[in-house]
Amino acid sequence: MAALYEGYTLCGLVPAQNLSHSGIQGIEQERDSDHVVVTDSTRSVTLYKVSDQKPLGSWTVKQGQSLVCSAVFNSQTKEYVAVSDNRVIRIWKEEDILLDKAFKATVSSDVWRVHCVHGGEPVVLFQRGAVRLLDSLLSAPQQPIEEILVQEEAIRWSTNIVAETQQFVIFTTEQKGDHFLYLQRLNPNTLQRYRLEREEPGLGPLSFSASYRDKHIHLLYLYPNGHVYQSVVSVRGLGTEEGTQALPLPRSLLLSLPVGEGLLEAASAMVLDEAHVAVVGVPHPSAGAGKDFLCIWNTNFQTLQAGKEMAGKIYGQLWCYSNKLFIPHGKTLSVIPFVCPKSSLASALGKLKQAKTEVLSIMANQINFTLLSMQRMSRKTQSTPSLTTDQVLELIKTAPVEDVEKEVEGLLSRSDIQDLQPSVGQLVSVLVSRSLTDPAFYTPSTLAQLVHTQCLCHSVCPDLVLLALEKKDYFLCQLCLQFFPDIPEAVTCACLKAFIRNEVLQTAYSDNFLLPHLKDLSSQHVVLFLQYLQFLYLKYSQDAFPQMHGLRSPSLTQIMDWVCLVLDAHFTVLVMTPEAKGLLLNLHSFVKSQVRLVSELGKIEGSLQELNKMKVNKDVGQYSIEIIELF
Amino acid sequence: MGEFKVHRVRFFDYMPSAIRAMAFNRQSERLAVARADGAVEIFNFSDNYFQEKVIPGQDSRAVEALCWVDQRLFSGGLNGEITEYDLENLKPRYTVAAYGGPIWTISSNNQGTMLALGCEDGTVKMFEVLAEKVQFQRNFDRQKGRIISLSWHPSGTLIAAGMMDMIRVFDAETGHATHRLLVERGVGASKSREVVVWSVAFLSDHTIISGDSAGKVQIWDGVTGTLLRTHLVTKWDVLALSVSQDQSSLVAGTSEGTVIQFQLISSTVGQQDKEWVRTRTFKNHSHDVRALAHTETAVVSGGMDTQLVVRPLLDKVEKNTQESSLRKIVFPHRSLVCCAKKAGLLLFQFPEHLELWRLGESEGHGKPGDSLTVKTKPEKLIQLKRKGEDHICCSALSPCGGWMAYSTVSSVRLYRLQYNNNNIGITKVSRLPKDLCSVHQLCFSSDSSKLFASSSHSSVIVVALNQQECTYLHTLKPKSSSRQPVHLLFASEDGKWLATANTDCEIHIYNLDKLKLHCTVPVYSSYPTAIAIHPLTSNLVVVHADQQIFEYSLEKKEYTEWSRKLQKLGLHSLWLERDTPVTHITFNSRNPAHIILHDMFMFCIIDQSLPLPEAKTLLYNQMTLRSVPEPERIRHSHAFKICKNFQHLLCVRLLEDHSLVVVERPLLDIMSQLPAPVRQKKFAT
Repeated sequence: MAALYEGYTLCGLVPAQNLSHSGIQGIEQERDSDHVVVTDSTRSVTLYKVSDQKPLGSWTVKQGQSLVCSAVFNSQTKEYVAVSDNRVIRIWKEEDILLDKAFKATVSSDVWRVHCVHGGEPVVLFQRGAVRLLDSLLSAPQQPIEEILVQEEAIRWSTNIVAETQQFVIFTTEQKGDHFLYLQRLNPNTLQRYRLEREEPGLGPLSFSASYRDKHIHLLYLYPNGHVYQSVVSVRGLGTEEGTQALPLPRSLLLSLPVGEGLLEAASAMVLDEAHVAVVGVPHPSAGAGKDFLCIWNTNFQTLQAGKEMAGKIYGQLWCYSNKLFIPHGKTLSVIPFVCPKSSLASALGKLKQAKTEVLSIMANQINFTLLSMQRMSRKTQSTPSLTTDQVLELIKTAPVEDVEKEVEGLLSRSDIQDLQPSVGQLVSVLVSRSLTDPAFYTPSTLAQLVHTQCLCHSVCPDLVLLALEKKDYFLCQLCLQFFPDIPEAVTCACLKAFIRNEVLQTAYSDNFLLPHLKDLSSQHVVLFLQYLQFLYLKYSQDAFPQMHGLRSPSLTQIMDWVCLVLDAHFTVLVMTPEAKGLLLNLHSFVKSQVRLVSELGKIEGSLQELNKMKVNKDVGQYSIEIIELF
Repeated sequence: MGEFKVHRVRFFDYMPSAIRAMAFNRQSERLAVARADGAVEIFNFSDNYFQEKVIPGQDSRAVEALCWVDQRLFSGGLNGEITEYDLENLKPRYTVAAYGGPIWTISSNNQGTMLALGCEDGTVKMFEVLAEKVQFQRNFDRQKGRIISLSWHPSGTLIAAGMMDMIRVFDAETGHATHRLLVERGVGASKSREVVVWSVAFLSDHTIISGDSAGKVQIWDGVTGTLLRTHLVTKWDVLALSVSQDQSSLVAGTSEGTVIQFQLISSTVGQQDKEWVRTRTFKNHSHDVRALAHTETAVVSGGMDTQLVVRPLLDKVEKNTQESSLRKIVFPHRSLVCCAKKAGLLLFQFPEHLELWRLGESEGHGKPGDSLTVKTKPEKLIQLKRKGEDHICCSALSPCGGWMAYSTVSSVRLYRLQYNNNNIGITKVSRLPKDLCSVHQLCFSSDSSKLFASSSHSSVIVVALNQQECTYLHTLKPKSSSRQPVHLLFASEDGKWLATANTDCEIHIYNLDKLKLHCTVPVYSSYPTAIAIHPLTSNLVVVHADQQIFEYSLEKKEYTEWSRKLQKLGLHSLWLERDTPVTHITFNSRNPAHIILHDMFMFCIIDQSLPLPEAKTLLYNQMTLRSVPEPERIRHSHAFKICKNFQHLLCVRLLEDHSLVVVERPLLDIMSQLPAPVRQKKFAT
């Protein structure tokens, strides 16, 4: 499951007065993944070593001049390339101190951006759509530059991609509300123009992100209404039909992000790998408006995988270099490491689940859904007036418990579960917030029903488990532990404190994360827990058929792992606790017996191997003298 | 019954030779099989597929094709010669050079008057079949490229010839080509390689069927010369074709080891127009199927993996009978091992050489199931390479180990062996009687004073041996006029009797004291596969190819009481269902009631003192007897003590010290010496 780690600050920002702009023009990778060049929106270029959070060098153009685009690093020549005052190309090396003394060349047309992929050759994209390799441009800087774009058409975004050996410059333009995609291939040069499908009137894409895989360029773009589309263009078929004739660009809806009220203003979506998208500037589904989040979504399963609140204003800017996200927010530029393990259904649903129960419950749910949809159909024929999701949401905020239960249940039975998926999260959030504020209000059966839909995860409703614990609703807790794939270790421990179940022992966890939280347990709790584990262990070691205990019982190894973990966390405390002495002695004998068992198994393995060898030897023989008996 | 010490021998590296060609004679139901080393074997399909004759190979003779003309057998080979075989004296009768380079194929017309040869130089050569010879008649129009396969039209007026990239149809009268059928090459990389038409068949309705190196079986209209249908049956080669006599079924053998059957049936029920439809696939070989014969009831196939497989067509035979079971013939139906039981020596016969081994010795004692420590390892004493081009056809070792003899079709060689401690001396006996030149079987008397050699017309030459020389004594002749060769010889322990069995199923007993015929055992319809005379009772025990066992008293000249009882009760059905012949019989001097015999999969000690197994009795009862307590065993025991502990047996003998020698040759060991097959079977393919 994808995760966002603790971030750190790379540098401070000087945002614009009205906070409309972060003050950063661009971030480019330098010599390796640990070095980046940050270009601010006015005059300076700074080289950072990321892991050290430290600037290594900075170059500034004269007062009055300005940089038009982010500076790039040409790793072939170890030179930086920037453009100032629209037409002046500047090239310098790390040892050059003063930019003014470095190489300059003035070109004949305004430049939009310089692009350079790592290890590739810099490419210059002019404002009117023409593209030149930097070398060929500098051989005759004053060469005439053609106009590709028509009047009133302007570039909105551009990037540079290497597909196998082919270099591509990709840019999008806007002309009177229409958006176009240009694919410019270099060497041989071909240009292809596509028209993007129109979204709702007046909505233009907020951000673009392009990636190359499997011989296709994947373009991902986000609209202010929260729709994330993907368009796929094959790099093979390019160049067959050149011209300004704009082909329609087919698209598919990848994600429909919840936007709350209104439209998104500053947001951006970026492809991390084939299954994951990082999104910034879109509200967290359960966190209400006014808070800015960085989220990772899984596009295959449409699930929110990780979220992190970013303090201060988000500018809708996001860069990603080698598993680090660079995000300007408030007055800082933060670096947030992340991981996106290969997504699988198992990890999306939470691993270490018992496969059998999983399948069974899914089947049961499907049966429920068919029943529900049948009920819905019959209700439709009766044409009973029923409430929409929004009305139910409003109702939850005020209505008494019985009404709420009735209406939510009705809503669940009426709608198809696929349509409901986004609203289940909203329903739970609203229910949980009402319950938290109004101690008299609690709807355990409705919550259980919602959890049962399996459309929920902990990130969507982080307060639900805690609420259930507070209300001592252990059944709901158990359901959450069973169905939520992403319960944080802290919450697992909170559950542990409240009650000790099988469910807890089988939840997915990672030793490193769990250990600090386990330390939070009081010594009484630890002793109690260890006694329980000891009881389980004894039961298992006496019983010849542990699998008879039912599907949801922890395995012997799980018990032993927990014993080890708890002991690791609390050993020093336990040694000092007089009442734990007997327990520790018992556990010591367990360990001794385990060690003996393993060594005996080793011996058996050795003998079995010997036996194998002996058998082989017997077969190979060319001659033997044997005794046989006939009866 | 008791314990036996068993010398389990696996160092006989017997390797059968690959099958190259075969021809089935429908009249006599004899299958002729040619092997890669030039040997030709005759199997009698009317008598349990018994291998009745073996004509040994020759270094220069690589048989590529076989052809029956009436009861005469011809072969053509890569040495460019036609050979006719003398099936009575088991050697080539004559050879005639065809002067066309290597001969790839040979085919006779239905009338049996003409032989057509396909030669390397691109000619089809016609030979007239005369009473005592074949005579060159004419060449057909010479083609570019070799003639690989030939098939006569049943009328005898046309011949189809498979070549490189094409099939030619010739007028047999004029010798001119009338049609040229172009055969498509394989696709892909093999496009540039010429396609070889390995086999053709010309049917009476003028349909021509071809099998080629691109894996196709093609059906052609021989009148118009057009292709009717292509069946792509393999990625590799279709090497052989064979058509049933009624021309309604066809089999094709491929390099993958499969045999594919096609049948002429109407594709839709009730319609008259019939076509060749692929019906069955048999996979009984691991390697190339080089030769095929389609008999009335079965498909016979052979190839690189050396096994002869008889696969009954279940629509042609009664189900669940012996005829309906698959047969694989791997080992020869005669013994290749001689044992000097007094000296503990083994003689292994290979086509190229002989190997003499001394058995090892054990230390201490053990209980049943144990392997004893081998104190002295077995030792190869002599490896004797044969002289001349002809392969060894038979060999013998005297019981004392002092004499060794072998024969080829052209000469007999006798050696005197002397052992002093670790040295062994071998001396060739230089002057042999001139009658001793072409023999089929060799056998020493039990006291090593005489050598018996079976010769033409079922006669046996008796030679006396002493220290350094050997002298002709007598020629024993049967009273019958049989011209067939003797394939079994047995000299009795007491030196009084000599038994012979020939391929006319006759068994003659000679009195060696009087050097004259004592009696002839009543002729039984099936071949004797093993004969032996009991050392004490002088009863002759005979086992036949149909698994019947007879005991004949030489003194009374009648079947013994036990034999009559056995015939009256009948042998157990499981005994009769065994599909490999008993190849050797011996007796246990400690217990005169014991007869020890073996086939490929088991050895059996018949205890004549015990009751015979009845039809409902468990025949293979050793496991049961082992499990019941001793007093109860007698209730369950019967005469046939069958031991299957040792398998793929080439020899079981009882030494004078009462230990058994079993020579095993596991089929896996043979398989592992074969070259890699063209296609390894992969999972789920």
